[in-house]
Amino acid sequence: MHTAASAMAKLDAVPPLMTPATKIGASIAVATGLYAISYGALGVAAGLNLWQVMALSLLMFTGGSQFAFIGVIAGGGSPGAAFGAATLLGVRNAVYGMQIKAMLRPRGLKKLLAAQVTIDESTATAAGQSDPAEQKRGFWVAGIGVYVLWNIFTVAGALLGDALGDPKAWGLDGAAVAAFLGLLWPRLKSAEPIAIATVCALATVLAIPLVPPGVPILVAALVAGVWGYFGRGPATEGLEPDVEPRATREDSE
Amino acid sequence: MSEMWWWIFAGCAAAYGIKLLGYLVPEKILENEKMTRAAGTLTIGLLASLTIVNTVASGTAVAFDARLAALVAAGVALLLRAPFLVVVVVGAGAAALARYLGWG
Repeated sequence: MHTAASAMAKLDAVPPLMTPATKIGASIAVATGLYAISYGALGVAAGLNLWQVMALSLLMFTGGSQFAFIGVIAGGGSPGAAFGAATLLGVRNAVYGMQIKAMLRPRGLKKLLAAQVTIDESTATAAGQSDPAEQKRGFWVAGIGVYVLWNIFTVAGALLGDALGDPKAWGLDGAAVAAFLGLLWPRLKSAEPIAIATVCALATVLAIPLVPPGVPILVAALVAGVWGYFGRGPATEGLEPDVEPRATREDSE
Repeated sequence: MSEMWWWIFAGCAAAYGIKLLGYLVPEKILENEKMTRAAGTLTIGLLASLTIVNTVASGTAVAFDARLAALVAAGVALLLRAPFLVVVVVGAGAAALARYLGWG
Protein backbone atom coordinates (compact mmCIF):
# COMPACT_ATOMS: atom_id res chain seq x y z
CA MET A 1 0.00 0.00 0.00
CA HIS A 2 2.85 2.26 0.85
CA THR A 3 4.31 1.94 -2.65
CA ALA A 4 0.95 2.62 -4.24
CA ALA A 5 0.58 5.78 -2.17
CA SER A 6 4.00 7.05 -3.14
CA ALA A 7 3.29 6.24 -6.76
CA MET A 8 0.16 8.35 -6.49
CA ALA A 9 2.19 11.17 -4.99
CA LYS A 10 4.62 10.92 -7.89
CA LEU A 11 1.75 11.09 -10.37
CA ASP A 12 0.54 14.23 -8.68
CA ALA A 13 3.93 15.84 -9.18
CA VAL A 14 3.74 15.27 -12.94
CA PRO A 15 1.73 18.09 -14.52
CA PRO A 16 -1.59 16.94 -15.96
CA LEU A 17 -1.64 16.41 -19.72
CA MET A 18 -4.03 19.28 -20.25
CA THR A 19 -3.27 22.41 -18.27
CA PRO A 20 -4.92 25.74 -19.20
CA ALA A 21 -1.82 26.73 -21.20
CA THR A 22 -1.65 23.45 -23.15
CA LYS A 23 -5.37 23.68 -23.91
CA ILE A 24 -5.04 27.22 -25.23
CA GLY A 25 -1.88 26.32 -27.13
CA ALA A 26 -3.53 23.30 -28.73
CA SER A 27 -6.67 25.15 -29.82
CA ILE A 28 -4.59 27.99 -31.25
CA ALA A 29 -2.48 25.42 -33.10
CA VAL A 30 -5.59 23.92 -34.72
CA ALA A 31 -7.14 27.29 -35.67
CA THR A 32 -3.89 28.67 -37.06
CA GLY A 33 -2.76 25.44 -38.70
CA LEU A 34 -6.03 25.27 -40.63
CA TYR A 35 -5.52 28.58 -42.32
CA ALA A 36 -2.36 27.30 -43.96
CA ILE A 37 -4.89 25.83 -46.42
CA SER A 38 -5.45 29.34 -47.75
CA TYR A 39 -1.70 30.03 -47.80
CA GLY A 40 -0.97 26.84 -49.75
CA ALA A 41 -3.74 27.45 -52.29
CA LEU A 42 -2.75 31.10 -52.79
CA GLY A 43 0.94 30.18 -53.10
CA VAL A 44 0.23 27.87 -56.01
CA ALA A 45 -2.15 30.43 -57.55
CA ALA A 46 0.65 33.02 -57.31
CA GLY A 47 2.79 30.80 -59.53
CA LEU A 48 5.10 29.07 -57.03
CA ASN A 49 5.43 25.31 -57.34
CA LEU A 50 4.51 22.85 -54.58
CA TRP A 51 8.11 22.56 -53.33
CA GLN A 52 8.56 26.32 -53.12
CA VAL A 53 5.27 26.74 -51.24
CA MET A 54 6.33 23.97 -48.84
CA ALA A 55 9.86 25.34 -48.39
CA LEU A 56 8.46 28.66 -47.15
CA SER A 57 6.30 26.90 -44.53
CA LEU A 58 9.10 24.59 -43.36
CA LEU A 59 11.90 27.15 -43.27
CA MET A 60 10.49 30.68 -43.17
CA PHE A 61 7.58 29.67 -40.90
CA THR A 62 6.08 33.03 -40.12
CA GLY A 63 2.65 33.28 -41.71
CA GLY A 64 2.51 37.01 -42.38
CA SER A 65 5.86 36.96 -44.19
CA GLN A 66 4.86 33.92 -46.23
CA PHE A 67 1.62 35.62 -47.31
CA ALA A 68 3.67 38.76 -48.09
CA PHE A 69 6.10 36.79 -50.26
CA ILE A 70 3.40 35.16 -52.37
CA GLY A 71 1.29 38.35 -52.36
CA VAL A 72 4.09 40.33 -54.01
CA ILE A 73 4.73 37.56 -56.56
CA ALA A 74 0.99 37.32 -57.33
CA GLY A 75 0.95 41.05 -58.05
CA GLY A 76 3.75 40.74 -60.59
CA GLY A 77 6.50 41.89 -58.25
CA SER A 78 10.07 40.57 -58.48
CA PRO A 79 11.34 37.84 -56.13
CA GLY A 80 13.66 40.49 -54.68
CA ALA A 81 10.72 42.72 -53.75
CA ALA A 82 8.94 39.66 -52.29
CA PHE A 83 12.04 38.99 -50.18
CA GLY A 84 12.06 42.62 -48.98
CA ALA A 85 8.40 42.64 -47.94
CA ALA A 86 8.63 39.22 -46.24
CA THR A 87 11.80 40.12 -44.34
CA LEU A 88 10.50 43.46 -43.08
CA LEU A 89 7.27 41.82 -41.94
CA GLY A 90 9.36 39.36 -39.92
CA VAL A 91 11.16 42.07 -37.94
CA ARG A 92 8.59 41.88 -35.12
CA ASN A 93 9.74 38.31 -34.42
CA ALA A 94 13.01 39.70 -33.00
CA VAL A 95 10.93 41.52 -30.37
CA TYR A 96 9.02 38.31 -29.64
CA GLY A 97 12.36 36.48 -29.33
CA MET A 98 13.45 38.89 -26.62
CA GLN A 99 10.20 38.38 -24.73
CA ILE A 100 10.42 34.58 -24.90
CA LYS A 101 14.07 34.67 -23.90
CA ALA A 102 13.12 36.67 -20.81
CA MET A 103 10.27 34.27 -19.95
CA LEU A 104 11.76 30.86 -20.74
CA ARG A 105 15.55 31.37 -20.66
CA PRO A 106 16.13 28.55 -23.19
CA ARG A 107 19.71 27.28 -23.52
CA GLY A 108 21.81 25.65 -26.24
CA LEU A 109 19.90 23.63 -28.79
CA LYS A 110 16.56 24.52 -27.23
CA LYS A 111 17.30 28.15 -28.01
CA LEU A 112 17.82 27.35 -31.70
CA LEU A 113 14.58 25.39 -31.77
CA ALA A 114 12.67 28.04 -29.82
CA ALA A 115 13.77 30.68 -32.34
CA GLN A 116 12.18 28.82 -35.25
CA VAL A 117 8.77 28.57 -33.51
CA THR A 118 8.83 32.16 -32.23
CA ILE A 119 5.75 33.64 -33.94
CA ASP A 120 2.65 35.70 -33.06
CA GLU A 121 0.72 32.67 -31.78
CA SER A 122 3.35 31.05 -29.56
CA THR A 123 4.35 34.41 -28.07
CA ALA A 124 0.73 35.34 -27.38
CA THR A 125 0.06 31.97 -25.73
CA ALA A 126 3.09 32.29 -23.45
CA ALA A 127 2.46 35.96 -22.67
CA GLY A 128 -1.13 35.16 -21.69
CA GLN A 129 0.09 33.00 -18.78
CA SER A 130 1.57 34.28 -15.52
CA ASP A 131 3.04 31.04 -14.08
CA PRO A 132 6.51 30.40 -15.62
CA ALA A 133 5.84 26.65 -16.02
CA GLU A 134 2.61 27.44 -17.83
CA GLN A 135 4.34 30.03 -20.02
CA LYS A 136 6.82 27.34 -21.05
CA ARG A 137 4.12 24.76 -21.80
CA GLY A 138 2.02 27.31 -23.69
CA PHE A 139 4.94 28.44 -25.85
CA TRP A 140 6.04 24.94 -26.85
CA VAL A 141 2.56 23.48 -27.39
CA ALA A 142 1.46 26.44 -29.53
CA GLY A 143 4.82 26.76 -31.32
CA ILE A 144 5.34 23.11 -32.20
CA GLY A 145 1.61 22.50 -32.68
CA VAL A 146 1.29 25.34 -35.19
CA TYR A 147 4.51 24.23 -36.92
CA VAL A 148 3.30 20.67 -37.49
CA LEU A 149 -0.26 21.57 -38.53
CA TRP A 150 0.83 24.59 -40.57
CA ASN A 151 3.08 22.39 -42.70
CA ILE A 152 0.50 19.62 -43.11
CA PHE A 153 -2.23 22.06 -44.19
CA THR A 154 0.18 23.91 -46.47
CA VAL A 155 0.50 20.74 -48.55
CA ALA A 156 -3.28 20.21 -48.46
CA GLY A 157 -3.86 23.80 -49.60
CA ALA A 158 -1.27 23.64 -52.37
CA LEU A 159 -2.82 20.42 -53.72
CA LEU A 160 -6.26 22.03 -53.50
CA GLY A 161 -4.98 25.13 -55.34
CA ASP A 162 -3.55 22.91 -58.06
CA ALA A 163 -6.85 21.07 -58.44
CA LEU A 164 -8.91 24.28 -58.61
CA GLY A 165 -7.34 25.38 -61.89
CA ASP A 166 -8.15 28.98 -62.88
CA PRO A 167 -7.55 30.92 -59.63
CA LYS A 168 -9.64 33.93 -60.70
CA ALA A 169 -12.80 31.91 -61.41
CA TRP A 170 -12.72 30.76 -57.77
CA GLY A 171 -12.03 34.26 -56.51
CA LEU A 172 -8.63 33.31 -55.12
CA ASP A 173 -7.39 36.86 -55.73
CA GLY A 174 -10.23 37.96 -53.45
CA ALA A 175 -9.13 35.34 -50.92
CA ALA A 176 -5.69 36.99 -50.80
CA VAL A 177 -7.28 40.38 -50.10
CA ALA A 178 -9.36 38.86 -47.30
CA ALA A 179 -6.32 37.05 -45.86
CA PHE A 180 -4.29 40.25 -45.56
CA LEU A 181 -7.21 42.14 -44.04
CA GLY A 182 -7.66 39.23 -41.62
CA LEU A 183 -3.98 39.44 -40.60
CA LEU A 184 -4.20 43.23 -40.15
CA TRP A 185 -7.52 43.36 -38.30
CA PRO A 186 -6.53 42.02 -34.84
CA ARG A 187 -3.72 44.60 -34.68
CA LEU A 188 -6.09 47.56 -35.08
CA LYS A 189 -6.80 47.86 -31.37
CA SER A 190 -6.84 51.67 -31.02
CA ALA A 191 -6.94 54.91 -33.04
CA GLU A 192 -3.20 55.04 -33.79
CA PRO A 193 -2.88 51.73 -35.64
CA ILE A 194 -5.97 52.63 -37.67
CA ALA A 195 -4.33 55.92 -38.62
CA ILE A 196 -1.08 54.16 -39.55
CA ALA A 197 -2.98 51.63 -41.67
CA THR A 198 -4.91 54.39 -43.45
CA VAL A 199 -1.84 56.50 -44.21
CA CYS A 200 0.12 53.47 -45.42
CA ALA A 201 -2.78 52.36 -47.62
CA LEU A 202 -2.90 55.85 -49.19
CA ALA A 203 0.88 55.92 -49.68
CA THR A 204 0.59 52.54 -51.40
CA VAL A 205 -2.12 53.70 -53.84
CA LEU A 206 -0.09 56.81 -54.70
CA ALA A 207 3.06 54.73 -55.26
CA ILE A 208 1.50 52.02 -57.46
CA PRO A 209 1.70 53.98 -60.76
CA LEU A 210 5.13 55.41 -59.97
CA VAL A 211 7.33 52.43 -59.04
CA PRO A 212 7.67 48.76 -60.14
CA PRO A 213 5.20 46.18 -58.72
CA GLY A 214 6.06 45.13 -55.16
CA VAL A 215 7.92 48.34 -54.37
CA PRO A 216 4.82 50.28 -53.13
CA ILE A 217 4.78 47.87 -50.16
CA LEU A 218 8.34 48.87 -49.28
CA VAL A 219 7.39 52.56 -49.56
CA ALA A 220 4.58 51.97 -47.06
CA ALA A 221 7.05 50.11 -44.81
CA LEU A 222 9.31 53.16 -44.78
CA VAL A 223 6.38 55.43 -43.87
CA ALA A 224 5.32 53.08 -41.05
CA GLY A 225 8.86 52.65 -39.73
CA VAL A 226 9.49 56.40 -39.59
CA TRP A 227 6.09 56.92 -37.93
CA GLY A 228 6.92 54.34 -35.28
CA TYR A 229 10.47 55.47 -34.63
CA PHE A 230 9.74 59.18 -34.32
CA GLY A 231 6.17 59.02 -33.00
CA ARG A 232 5.36 58.91 -29.31
CA GLY A 233 2.59 56.32 -28.92
CA PRO A 234 2.80 53.12 -26.82
CA ALA A 235 5.66 50.72 -27.60
CA THR A 236 3.53 47.68 -28.31
CA GLU A 237 1.35 49.07 -31.12
CA GLY A 238 0.85 46.38 -33.75
CA LEU A 239 2.57 43.66 -31.72
CA GLU A 240 0.82 40.70 -30.11
CA PRO A 241 -2.45 40.68 -32.02
CA ASP A 242 -5.39 38.81 -30.50
CA VAL A 243 -4.93 35.33 -31.93
CA GLU A 244 -7.72 32.83 -32.51
CA PRO A 245 -9.45 31.46 -30.56
CA ARG A 246 -9.68 34.83 -28.93
CA ALA A 247 -9.55 33.92 -25.24
CA THR A 248 -5.77 33.67 -24.90
CA ARG A 249 -5.56 35.71 -21.72
CA GLU A 250 -6.28 33.97 -18.47
CA ASP A 251 -8.50 36.81 -17.29
CA SER A 252 -10.76 36.65 -20.35
CA GLU A 253 -11.66 33.00 -19.93
CA MET B 1 18.67 26.77 -59.56
CA SER B 2 16.14 29.45 -60.49
CA GLU B 3 16.25 33.01 -59.23
CA MET B 4 13.02 32.34 -57.32
CA TRP B 5 14.64 29.58 -55.26
CA TRP B 6 17.54 31.83 -54.30
CA TRP B 7 15.20 34.52 -53.02
CA ILE B 8 13.13 31.93 -51.16
CA PHE B 9 16.21 30.60 -49.37
CA ALA B 10 17.44 34.13 -48.68
CA GLY B 11 14.03 35.00 -47.23
CA CYS B 12 14.00 31.88 -45.05
CA ALA B 13 17.53 32.55 -43.79
CA ALA B 14 16.65 36.18 -43.03
CA ALA B 15 13.45 35.16 -41.21
CA TYR B 16 15.33 32.68 -39.00
CA GLY B 17 18.19 35.11 -38.43
CA ILE B 18 15.76 37.79 -37.24
CA LYS B 19 14.02 35.35 -34.87
CA LEU B 20 17.35 34.20 -33.45
CA LEU B 21 18.57 37.78 -33.08
CA GLY B 22 16.02 38.31 -30.29
CA TYR B 23 17.61 35.44 -28.34
CA LEU B 24 21.25 36.30 -28.97
CA VAL B 25 21.58 40.05 -28.79
CA PRO B 26 22.04 41.50 -25.27
CA GLU B 27 18.72 42.85 -24.03
CA LYS B 28 19.98 46.42 -23.74
CA ILE B 29 20.52 46.78 -27.47
CA LEU B 30 17.11 45.63 -28.64
CA GLU B 31 15.23 46.83 -25.58
CA ASN B 32 15.10 50.26 -27.09
CA GLU B 33 11.50 51.45 -26.97
CA LYS B 34 11.82 53.23 -30.32
CA MET B 35 12.94 50.02 -32.04
CA THR B 36 10.12 48.00 -30.49
CA ARG B 37 7.64 50.60 -31.58
CA ALA B 38 9.02 50.75 -35.12
CA ALA B 39 8.77 46.94 -35.35
CA GLY B 40 5.09 47.15 -34.44
CA THR B 41 4.12 50.06 -36.69
CA LEU B 42 6.09 48.42 -39.53
CA THR B 43 3.90 45.34 -39.16
CA ILE B 44 0.70 47.40 -39.37
CA GLY B 45 1.93 49.46 -42.33
CA LEU B 46 3.07 46.41 -44.30
CA LEU B 47 -0.17 44.48 -43.77
CA ALA B 48 -2.26 47.54 -44.71
CA SER B 49 -0.15 48.03 -47.82
CA LEU B 50 -0.35 44.34 -48.79
CA THR B 51 -4.14 44.47 -48.38
CA ILE B 52 -4.43 47.47 -50.72
CA VAL B 53 -1.91 46.19 -53.28
CA ASN B 54 -3.81 42.93 -53.56
CA THR B 55 -7.10 44.85 -53.85
CA VAL B 56 -6.35 47.53 -56.44
CA ALA B 57 -2.93 46.98 -58.07
CA SER B 58 -2.96 45.68 -61.60
CA GLY B 59 0.68 45.83 -62.60
CA THR B 60 1.53 49.52 -62.25
CA ALA B 61 -2.07 50.67 -62.67
CA VAL B 62 -4.82 51.12 -60.09
CA ALA B 63 -7.92 49.12 -61.01
CA PHE B 64 -11.23 48.75 -59.20
CA ASP B 65 -12.66 45.32 -59.90
CA ALA B 66 -14.11 42.21 -58.22
CA ARG B 67 -11.36 42.31 -55.59
CA LEU B 68 -13.01 45.38 -54.07
CA ALA B 69 -16.10 43.24 -53.36
CA ALA B 70 -13.78 40.79 -51.58
CA LEU B 71 -12.36 43.58 -49.41
CA VAL B 72 -15.81 44.82 -48.36
CA ALA B 73 -17.14 41.31 -47.73
CA ALA B 74 -14.07 40.37 -45.68
CA GLY B 75 -14.46 43.56 -43.64
CA VAL B 76 -18.06 42.69 -42.84
CA ALA B 77 -17.07 39.13 -41.89
CA LEU B 78 -14.37 40.48 -39.55
CA LEU B 79 -16.84 42.91 -37.96
CA LEU B 80 -19.06 39.89 -37.28
CA ARG B 81 -16.04 38.22 -35.61
CA ALA B 82 -15.78 35.40 -38.13
CA PRO B 83 -12.68 33.18 -37.77
CA PHE B 84 -9.80 33.70 -40.21
CA LEU B 85 -10.58 30.83 -42.54
CA VAL B 86 -14.22 31.92 -42.87
CA VAL B 87 -13.07 35.45 -43.71
CA VAL B 88 -10.84 34.08 -46.49
CA VAL B 89 -13.62 31.94 -47.95
CA VAL B 90 -16.06 34.89 -47.80
CA GLY B 91 -13.50 37.02 -49.66
CA ALA B 92 -13.07 34.39 -52.36
CA GLY B 93 -16.83 33.92 -52.68
CA ALA B 94 -17.45 37.67 -53.01
CA ALA B 95 -14.83 38.06 -55.75
CA ALA B 96 -16.08 34.99 -57.62
CA LEU B 97 -19.70 36.19 -57.35
CA ALA B 98 -18.87 39.73 -58.51
CA ARG B 99 -16.99 38.29 -61.47
CA TYR B 100 -19.83 35.88 -62.26
CA LEU B 101 -22.21 38.85 -62.28
CA GLY B 102 -19.95 40.47 -64.85
CA TRP B 103 -18.02 43.00 -62.74
CA GLY B 104 -14.23 43.00 -62.99
